[in-house]
Amino acid sequence: MSISKEEIMHIAELSDLKISDNEIEKYKKDISEILKLANEVNNVNTDGMDETIGANQKCNAFRKDEVKNSNKREILMQNAPSKEDGMFKIPKMSL
Amino acid sequence: MEIVDLTVHELAEKLEAKELTSEEITKAYFNRIKEIDPKVRAYISTLEDDAINKAKQIDVARNKGEKLPKYAGIPIGIKDNICIKGTKTTCSSKMLENFVSPYDATVIEKLNEEKLVYLGKLNMDEFAMGSSTENSAFFNTHNPWDLSRVPGGSSGGSAAAVASNIAPWALGSDTGGSIRQPSSLCGTVGLKPTYGLVSRYGLVAFASSLDQIGPITKDVTDSAILLSIISGHDEKDSTSDNNPSKDYTKSLINDVKGMRIGIPKEYIGEGINEEVKKAILDVAKKYEELGATVEECSFEAGNYALSAYYIIADAEASSNLGRFDGIRYGYRTSKIESLDDIYVNSRSEGFGQEVKRRILLGTYVLSSGYYDAYYKKAQKVRTVIKKAFDELFEKYDLLLAPTSPTTAFKIGEKTENPVEMYLADICTIPVNMAGLPGMNVPCTLDSQGLPIGFQLIGKAFDEETIIRAAYTYEQNSNFRESKPSFKGGKA
Repeated sequence: MSISKEEIMHIAELSDLKISDNEIEKYKKDISEILKLANEVNNVNTDGMDETIGANQKCNAFRKDEVKNSNKREILMQNAPSKEDGMFKIPKMSL
Repeated sequence: MEIVDLTVHELAEKLEAKELTSEEITKAYFNRIKEIDPKVRAYISTLEDDAINKAKQIDVARNKGEKLPKYAGIPIGIKDNICIKGTKTTCSSKMLENFVSPYDATVIEKLNEEKLVYLGKLNMDEFAMGSSTENSAFFNTHNPWDLSRVPGGSSGGSAAAVASNIAPWALGSDTGGSIRQPSSLCGTVGLKPTYGLVSRYGLVAFASSLDQIGPITKDVTDSAILLSIISGHDEKDSTSDNNPSKDYTKSLINDVKGMRIGIPKEYIGEGINEEVKKAILDVAKKYEELGATVEECSFEAGNYALSAYYIIADAEASSNLGRFDGIRYGYRTSKIESLDDIYVNSRSEGFGQEVKRRILLGTYVLSSGYYDAYYKKAQKVRTVIKKAFDELFEKYDLLLAPTSPTTAFKIGEKTENPVEMYLADICTIPVNMAGLPGMNVPCTLDSQGLPIGFQLIGKAFDEETIIRAAYTYEQNSNFRESKPSFKGGKA
């Protein structure tokens, strides 16, 4: 299983990642190798098997739907690269 | 014996008997960090002033006769993907290099209640993706038994720190082996608890259906103590189990008579180093001598765990890491001409190569046309693995296996070939896929003087049987007499 340069560029775009021309061969090779490993799942007979979506299927955790006050905006925004008046700020740009 | 050689339960006895103060213990650790950490490089950041102040306050309270928790004033190291309020949590990534945690992880709240003292934050593979700590964006951590070798990963800083006596114990996290494998390579006791036993709130997410926080310690007793402190229901983690908390130290019983232990033959077959294999068979013999029954069994489904794991873990990672957009927190690029530039350039400059590789692969297996063939199929394989474990646990109380197929490898040895690096986790991954508990117990050294560990795998929420069997082995063996040499110099 090998992946094409076009496919790499497509998934990079979906991932919001930029891959430079000199990196692309390395990613192509590595991801092809990993897909070869991943394809081994096809050797397993899974007829009649459900999908496991989580490790723990014992219960669903519900909590009471209660209103709780939490005024943490400043704390939660403390790591913003740029902010103003309680809002995240980005440079002015044309879309 | 020096302060830093003592286990936590020994330190607690000396605190109780007023033979040592918390300040003395904490200072002994910072002195040791200054001496040893320049060689090992386990810490990304240290918290010396806060730690010594807190230790002094606890000593004052203890001298006044105030009722304190049993382990109050004992220091601990924390993997740098677990949030301590007001301190940096970098995940060893340029993306979070300056991120200051706005809140405490639930495990940290629990350690705060116990009044533990934080030594600092420990190095790891970026976002916990890796098996050698070489994917840290900052620096490599070195194995204290041979400094030219890796400590394993991703909790390599945590395991190396405990093995080097620069932390008496530490927290790590384990998504595919990240507590157990570095513990095996560094000669520490590392426990990955059952999924849901320990809250993940405040642990930076890698693969949410696989991640668990757990203890890395010098011995099994300390592991049981730390697990008792950090486990328990948390409404802030919807996957947290709501069984009542347990005191795992009650399982520190030196007796395995009648215990049924299975050794899956696939775990001691092809791809496992001969010395490791021999060590595991010696452990099996030891358990038989101690009164357990040990027999070979088959776990064919385990052969497919690695392939299914890299589909599921990377799919979840690609989704979890979508939150890093350069706007709300984390690294922001300076090259901005359009809105897309903020996202794309921040992510491309902020993430390292392995993280990008996994985001790309995860995006691929979730993308239109491939979802059924990869992601859905892998989830079905996960069911096959769980069922195979269920069947084995009808016959056995525990499974015995290697933790790592080899002892510590050289720094740089596997960095060029990602799949070869992934194989380092081949013995640990099935446990995460099924959400089971697993522990690395150090047992011997190989011919090069490097630690070998064995892995005990238990039924879901049956950490007690693992702890009992591990404790029994430890009481009847002498690994802790071996000390790391810090030989080899920097690679």
